[in-house]
Amino acid sequence: MRLAEAWRVAWDALRANRMRSALTMLGVVIGVASVVLLVAIGTGTKQRVEQQVEGLGSNLLLVVPGRLDVGSAPAVSPLTLQDVDAVGRVVGDPSRVAVTVASGATVRAGNREDFTTVQGVLETTPTVFARELGRGRYLTGSDVDTGRRVAVLGDSVARSLFPDREAVGQQINVAGVRFRVIGVFVPLGQSLGVDRDDEVHIPVTAAQRLYGTQRVDAIAVKAPDRERIDELGERIVAELNGRHPGTEFSAVTQEQILGVLGDILGILTGVLAAIAGISLLVGGVGVSNIMLVSVRERTREIGLRKAVGARPRDIGVQFLLEAVLLTSVGGLTGMALGVGGALLVAALSPIPAAVTWWSLALAFGVSAAVGIVFGVVPAQRAGRLDPVVALRAE
Amino acid sequence: MSRAPAIEAVDVSRTYQLDGVSVPALRGVSLTVGAGDYVALIGPSGSGKSTLMHLLGGLDRPTAGRLVIGGREVGTLSPPELARLRNETIGFVFQAFHLLPRTSAVDNVALPLVYRGVGARQRRERAAAMLGRVGLGHRLHHRPNQLSGGEQQRVAIARALVTDPTVLLADEPTGNLDSTTGAAVLELLERLNTESGVALVMVTHDAEVAARARRRIAMRDGVVVADSAALPGEASVLGEARPADGGGGR
Ligand SMILES: Nc1ncnc2c1ncn2[C@@H]1O[C@H](COP(=O)(O)OP(=O)(O)OP(=O)(O)O)[C@@H](O)[C@H]1O
Ligand SMILES: [Mg+2]
Repeated sequence: MRLAEAWRVAWDALRANRMRSALTMLGVVIGVASVVLLVAIGTGTKQRVEQQVEGLGSNLLLVVPGRLDVGSAPAVSPLTLQDVDAVGRVVGDPSRVAVTVASGATVRAGNREDFTTVQGVLETTPTVFARELGRGRYLTGSDVDTGRRVAVLGDSVARSLFPDREAVGQQINVAGVRFRVIGVFVPLGQSLGVDRDDEVHIPVTAAQRLYGTQRVDAIAVKAPDRERIDELGERIVAELNGRHPGTEFSAVTQEQILGVLGDILGILTGVLAAIAGISLLVGGVGVSNIMLVSVRERTREIGLRKAVGARPRDIGVQFLLEAVLLTSVGGLTGMALGVGGALLVAALSPIPAAVTWWSLALAFGVSAAVGIVFGVVPAQRAGRLDPVVALRAE
Repeated sequence: MSRAPAIEAVDVSRTYQLDGVSVPALRGVSLTVGAGDYVALIGPSGSGKSTLMHLLGGLDRPTAGRLVIGGREVGTLSPPELARLRNETIGFVFQAFHLLPRTSAVDNVALPLVYRGVGARQRRERAAAMLGRVGLGHRLHHRPNQLSGGEQQRVAIARALVTDPTVLLADEPTGNLDSTTGAAVLELLERLNTESGVALVMVTHDAEVAARARRRIAMRDGVVVADSAALPGEASVLGEARPADGGGGR
């Protein structure tokens, strides 16, 4: 039998049992759609995160206690402002060093309030992290030295506290202490469902007093040149290790952060795809099951076809093609649904989704392969049926 | 070729294995079906008629003995080779019609040609012509469930003959039909046997029907108990009654 003919026979057989074919396909449809959708979300998230890390500014070194690694817990920081000065001396330029000591706090203005992240920072932050000010001014060295109670607001905080007034020049109350607003950042927008403009910067000295600590959480350094960034990191770590025997520090570059985030998101995407793959497998078992039912139901047809000259192979191919057609059509439908779902998610929710060609090709290939793998047993069974026995079947 | 037998069985046996017990359905049957023969196969139920028909048509293999169909020794053929032999030499007509449901008459008739690699258009043409010959030229696109029993059996006969086989094996072809319809189907088979020279081997329980055949083979308990062709002189009469028609060659 010609292959084109065999496809037609398989197609007719599926159409003859529309409802059953559709229900059988459903398993594959759901499996493929979820693979495509989840991989799209994983990929989109990864791309978004990478953009943001790159957007932090170039040649950035983050100095944190503990190790930066997948699965390692963040350590409590023993770093103080003296360490920051020491790092500044290692770098040779204190204006390239930034710090943060951050905490969630309620910020009030009049009868409005907003729970936000209040970060204690140095005046160097805009240089190191490439943050732009929309209006007003940023913190100065003297603000930091004197622990002056001044604040620079993220765009959303400014809007929520002062919806109808200019924020700059107003008073706000952070955890019971009054601060004067001196500037507002240019909005950064949302990412991964997180509002990046939901923050308040105050002098690190004021923050330490507010939180009752001498510590800072992390130090960031903008390296003077890219080539020697790793060496600089090592020198900083050596200095800090000398100052804090018994504590391990890490200096990580943007590339390393990207690498770690990529690993995490890669694992996440893999896990999601695997879960979706399991549903595809379950769909395949359903196909196998229905094909076995179909072989049994059409035993007489098989007997008749053999009587008029069908070879075992012709019958086997017919049923195999039926299974492959079932899963391929299911796969295509699932791909369409997955792509549609990804577009909807990207459009209607803050979750990014980027459909990748490889996930489509993979999903389709896997669904066709599922048809072959799960169709082989029923097809062989059909091909080997004894025609005399088959013709006598009910 | 016209005198070469279409099918030759020598001391053929078929034993079924049923739960470890041997059931001998055929016990040493020898017979020859000549080109253009018209044979009635008779015998009580369970005597092995259907079993023999399956063997003669290459649907099944003997457990012992020699069986030659269209000049080819069945025992030496692989399953695909046997399938091809069936397709080219044999036409089956069953008591239960065995038409594909949800498939038009013309496509049912064309089915054997599918396995011969004939293109779709030519298949339909040949199938339609064959349906015309069995008097169903006006029913090409009817589905089996839209046809009467007699019409369905005619479609099945057309399907059996569309490949231009040398032997038509009909196992109780009128068994599911009322007597009037059955008689018409029988007449059709006889006409096709005369017109196209296809050998007709027909199982029947009807003595009147059997009497119309040129040759009668009676079976009992898996053996042939009477074969009218074995009578001296009759074989030569048959040989002359059917002129050369090219046998199985095409
Ligand atoms: N698949 C099988 N397994 C075991 N025994 C079988 C099988 N097929 C047929 N038989 C036995 O072989 C014998 C001959 O059966 P067969 O069908 O050839 O009889 P038959 O002459 O066609 O009868 P009927 O006139 O009722 O159709 C019977 O005893 C039957 O039970
Ligand atoms: Mg029988």
